[in-house]
Amino acid sequence: MKFRKADPLMRDLRRVLPSDRVRVAPLERSIMGRDASIFEGGRAGPVCFPISTEEVQGCVDAARRHGRAVVPRGAGTGLAGGAVPLEEPVVVVATKMNRLLSVDAEQRVAWVQPGMINLDLSRALAPFGLHFAPDPSSQQVCSLGGNVGTNAGGPHCLALGVTSAHVLAAEVVLMSGESVVLGDAGGWTPGLDLRGAYVGSEGMLGVTTAIAVRLTRNPPAVETLLLAFDSVDAAAQTVSAVIADGIVPAAIEMMDKNIIWAVENFVGAGFPTDAAAVVIVEVDGLPGGVAAEADRVAELAVERGGSVRRATDDEERALIWKGRKSAFGAIAQIKPNYYLHDTVVPRTRLAEVMNQVYEIVDEHDLQVMNVFHAGDGNLHPLLLYDGREPGIMDRVHAAGSAIIEASLAVGGVLSGEHGIGIEKRDFMPLMFSEADLDAQARLRRAFDPEEMANPGKVLPTGASCADVKALDNIPEGVWG
Amino acid sequence: MAVVGGRTQWEIGGQCPEETRLVRAPAGVRAFDPADMTIRVGAGTPVEELDAALAEAGQRANLPVLPGATVGGVLAVGRDDLHALGRGRLRDARLEVVYVGDDGRLVTAGGPTVKNVSGFDLCRLLAGSLGTLGLLGEVILRTWPRPAAQQWLAGPCDPVELRRSMYWPSSILWDGEITWVHLEGHESDVKSEAELARSLGCEPTDGPPSLPAYRVSTGALEVGQPTGSYLVQIGTGMAYVSEPRPIPDADPAVVALHQRLKSEFDPRGRLNPGRDPLAG
Repeated sequence: MKFRKADPLMRDLRRVLPSDRVRVAPLERSIMGRDASIFEGGRAGPVCFPISTEEVQGCVDAARRHGRAVVPRGAGTGLAGGAVPLEEPVVVVATKMNRLLSVDAEQRVAWVQPGMINLDLSRALAPFGLHFAPDPSSQQVCSLGGNVGTNAGGPHCLALGVTSAHVLAAEVVLMSGESVVLGDAGGWTPGLDLRGAYVGSEGMLGVTTAIAVRLTRNPPAVETLLLAFDSVDAAAQTVSAVIADGIVPAAIEMMDKNIIWAVENFVGAGFPTDAAAVVIVEVDGLPGGVAAEADRVAELAVERGGSVRRATDDEERALIWKGRKSAFGAIAQIKPNYYLHDTVVPRTRLAEVMNQVYEIVDEHDLQVMNVFHAGDGNLHPLLLYDGREPGIMDRVHAAGSAIIEASLAVGGVLSGEHGIGIEKRDFMPLMFSEADLDAQARLRRAFDPEEMANPGKVLPTGASCADVKALDNIPEGVWG
Repeated sequence: MAVVGGRTQWEIGGQCPEETRLVRAPAGVRAFDPADMTIRVGAGTPVEELDAALAEAGQRANLPVLPGATVGGVLAVGRDDLHALGRGRLRDARLEVVYVGDDGRLVTAGGPTVKNVSGFDLCRLLAGSLGTLGLLGEVILRTWPRPAAQQWLAGPCDPVELRRSMYWPSSILWDGEITWVHLEGHESDVKSEAELARSLGCEPTDGPPSLPAYRVSTGALEVGQPTGSYLVQIGTGMAYVSEPRPIPDADPAVVALHQRLKSEFDPRGRLNPGRDPLAG
């Protein structure tokens, strides 16, 4: 539909925001109709750019008065369609709320606005010797509000955990228009972990307006090893061996042959193009432990036929990481489009599932590249395709479904860090029972009874009105 | 209906009425693959038994090893270990929880892998819920390697300066005069960090002091007249006091969310009646 100035919703929104920050031009709405996922069917309503909590409250109030849903949006870099607006909702964009509000270096906490870019925060913290640990590959462009929405990860989340472990509190505007702080920037307060329930809720519980993030001290010593192998199996087995040896590195990343070649051509990171797979292992901490663990990792790699290169300085380390983080850009040399998957499998089943991924992709006559967080079993198969080829999307989706099913079959999960969004919404019943999904719907209703925050995501249709049969007795035999 | 564990923290957050039917959750280690560093246990498993099973593989879980307490009990109460500063929070220790809901159905929250963002994070919501949203039956925990070396030190040094100087102490405790610090990791690192702590006025000691009876947020320390002794768990927002303190009033919007969650998850008030997570 067209939005005219006289439209009652527009009139109310323009009472809250100046007209240049409530936009309805077709181009603007079309841009906001998408995120970085492959979903194209999004339709944005009025696009709002608030600069304060009060303005966000005003937008939410106006939307509610007119029965319109609200979709919060950060930088729009999500890969699961979580920010794709359905049914012309009011889109509340965080990009103009991008300031660092305060830093308390002693208490290791910073308050940030949700539109702040992930990497900008760590850059701002450098003078304090601190950083924000989650480092998604999109960290140069993704926002902290989006990180909270998806409970984002990144290579360096292996030892320290994904976003939830690094968020102390979030200021949130609920769909009632109320502003509430969930959690405690001081570290703890009695009560349910509402903060924990909120992080990763993909914009379906409210709109984030400020975040208290936990800051991590920069490690005094770092060792980065580039391990190269003749087979994917040997690489995967080395990853399992490192974990089984009782080492929890800061990061363990794996790249297979095709992506090594593409990256090397693109950035010249010095990756061995004749290897079947490379594994980047980074250990950090105090010097004694770092040296011992780096030696042990090298030993485990050599025992499995690997060759070892250690970064000799920060420059070489940065180049290795540049290679890893440029992987997605490098793919454009091969095919114009890619579909990035995100599943997790038990770390002991890595080699097995990777082999299945190769078989699945062959069956569907597609190309795949693997560049992923091997240390926590978080697979990221990239299916390459040319969207202009007729019928190609059917094959891409069929292969994607088969990869998801193969991951779940070995005790894996649907998503490690990208979230469910629209992409995996209809796969949720493969992982969760009706009762499980009903419980998630209850959480949502407690925060947003009218289901007006980012509707149509995460929970498959019908989950919220599941036919619940009350049982008066607990199952026999379960409780002793 | 309420689940009873080891009754080590039974009074926290209020008492169940006498007529409450008490049940025990299943106990025992169900699956443990040391190479995957995850363990599946019945919620009724004593934490000491869990700890012993993991120790055999050189691992541990990030749960307080309270003598007599059960895994489900410490998770439902949600009190962090003394080492939360270095090892992380209890709420991050579990990967998957299977619980019995108010309608008797089994619900699985979270997932078995070390990384998972599939669906809403009910696992964390249940941390510290005192069993008021569901009765914990089985959990999967993430495990960690046991460090090669560890050392407690104590002395009259400034806890803030100590924290600033050390890289990754697992615990710093302060009673207003004495500071305790716990170090763990590679032997040479523990040795060098201990040297640093000694230069700031700490000397090796056997362990942490005994904890005053009541846990409060550090915010609560600032409310009212100070009485009795206290011990602050630096960097975690938690403190222990010998005399009960008034809990600062929660934001009405936070209280309302608690009420709505309770009425969604347990509309008939069947689960752990008399208990209030906000009073915990």
